Amino acid sequence: MESINKELKVSALENGTVLDHIPAENVYKALDILNLRGICNQITIGINLNSKLYGKKGIIKIADRFFEDDELNRLALIAPHATVNIIKNFQVVKKKKLVMPEEIEGIAKCMNPKCITNHQPVRTRFTVIEENNEISLLCHYCEKRSDIKKIY
Amino acid sequence: MNKSLISIQDFTKDEILHILETAREFEKNRTQNILEGKVIACIFFEPSTRTRLSFETAVNRLGAKVIGFSDASNTSVSKGETLKDTIKMVSNYVDMIIMRHPLEGSSRYASEISSVPVVNAGDGANQHPSQTLLDLYSIMQTQGRLEGLSINMVGDLKYGRTTHSLLQAMSHFNPEFVFTSPDSLKMPVEYKDFLRKKGIRYSETASLEEHLDDCDILYMTRVQQERFTDPMEYEKVKGVYRLEASMLKNVRPNMKILHPLPRVCEIDQDVDDTPYAYYFKQAENGLYVRMAIISYLLGYR
Repeated sequence: MESINKELKVSALENGTVLDHIPAENVYKALDILNLRGICNQITIGINLNSKLYGKKGIIKIADRFFEDDELNRLALIAPHATVNIIKNFQVVKKKKLVMPEEIEGIAKCMNPKCITNHQPVRTRFTVIEENNEISLLCHYCEKRSDIKKIY
Repeated sequence: MNKSLISIQDFTKDEILHILETAREFEKNRTQNILEGKVIACIFFEPSTRTRLSFETAVNRLGAKVIGFSDASNTSVSKGETLKDTIKMVSNYVDMIIMRHPLEGSSRYASEISSVPVVNAGDGANQHPSQTLLDLYSIMQTQGRLEGLSINMVGDLKYGRTTHSLLQAMSHFNPEFVFTSPDSLKMPVEYKDFLRKKGIRYSETASLEEHLDDCDILYMTRVQQERFTDPMEYEKVKGVYRLEASMLKNVRPNMKILHPLPRVCEIDQDVDDTPYAYYFKQAENGLYVRMAIISYLLGYR
């Protein structure tokens, strides 16, 4: 835990959210899932940082931005072990773990080429299935299962 | 909210039994004007013979009127109208929508937009619940029960939606399954997992002869050319099974052969004259089952 504190001091986030322990290769996907591309807030991104637990990890620090739990939990699809630190006045005021959502809407595309959602302007909807440490998404419309790795 | 029928799993066991009971009543008396004054849309974005004609006949025999189309090419769909707009508009005219569409999930989507009940008459390779219910009805009528039967499914078990839905529906009734298919068209793992979790026994074989004599229902299917992306793969398996009357010498006396039709060559015409052939009567049963579905969803049965 000490190491986290050290890093937080380095980047000196006054107020905002730190997303830590994101798999290094999924940092860009995390930005997309949280709709962070194109926003005006100051964002610091670290990729391939050393992590005792995971080897290489990614980190995203967003200044002056706080998220709803529902928004953050969508990250669990690609970063199930990510941690969330809420920073206020340079202090970590809250730490959160992500909870896998039961259903997701409006993110991810169905991998079935004949699914209605790939042909008409339909908002996608999936049930999240966790089996043997693998995550897959069951399409609410075509009832086909997609492997999360193929979707993202 | 309106009750729609999109997937066979939308119906509970009790609802399935209720539909079968109601269908039996319609078979005894096939003209009942209980829906007089209603208008029902049959909108078919993809070709169909049996399903469309039997749905339209069902509507007429219930005393309601039919509007709709059997080919989307002379509608505004060809001008680029979205499914959403078509459904929104049609649902304002009618009391129920019966639809077939080539895209999977289209019926579920339509049911979320529509202000009236939607009946899925086939959405691509996904679901075709009225077919499943008429299969169940045919099994019930020929065997006198649904519980504890041995069902041998033959042919394309990989892409065939009818076998998948029938498997799900029969899982309420302690069946035992045999899956007869060539290696490349085996029952997908997720359905076998589903059976294993429910403790339902099944076995697999590539030989049509192996389990002809120890099943109650022989459910034959066509190898569907339209589902293959590789024509060579289709050529390899297209004529793999051919059931002939001479193969039926030692079958159980109660055994019945079902087929969702159309058939190509998997059942020889000489089988038609045996007491085991049931597929034409099965297609007729579609009428009574569809009458039951329509009247149930509209709250009349």
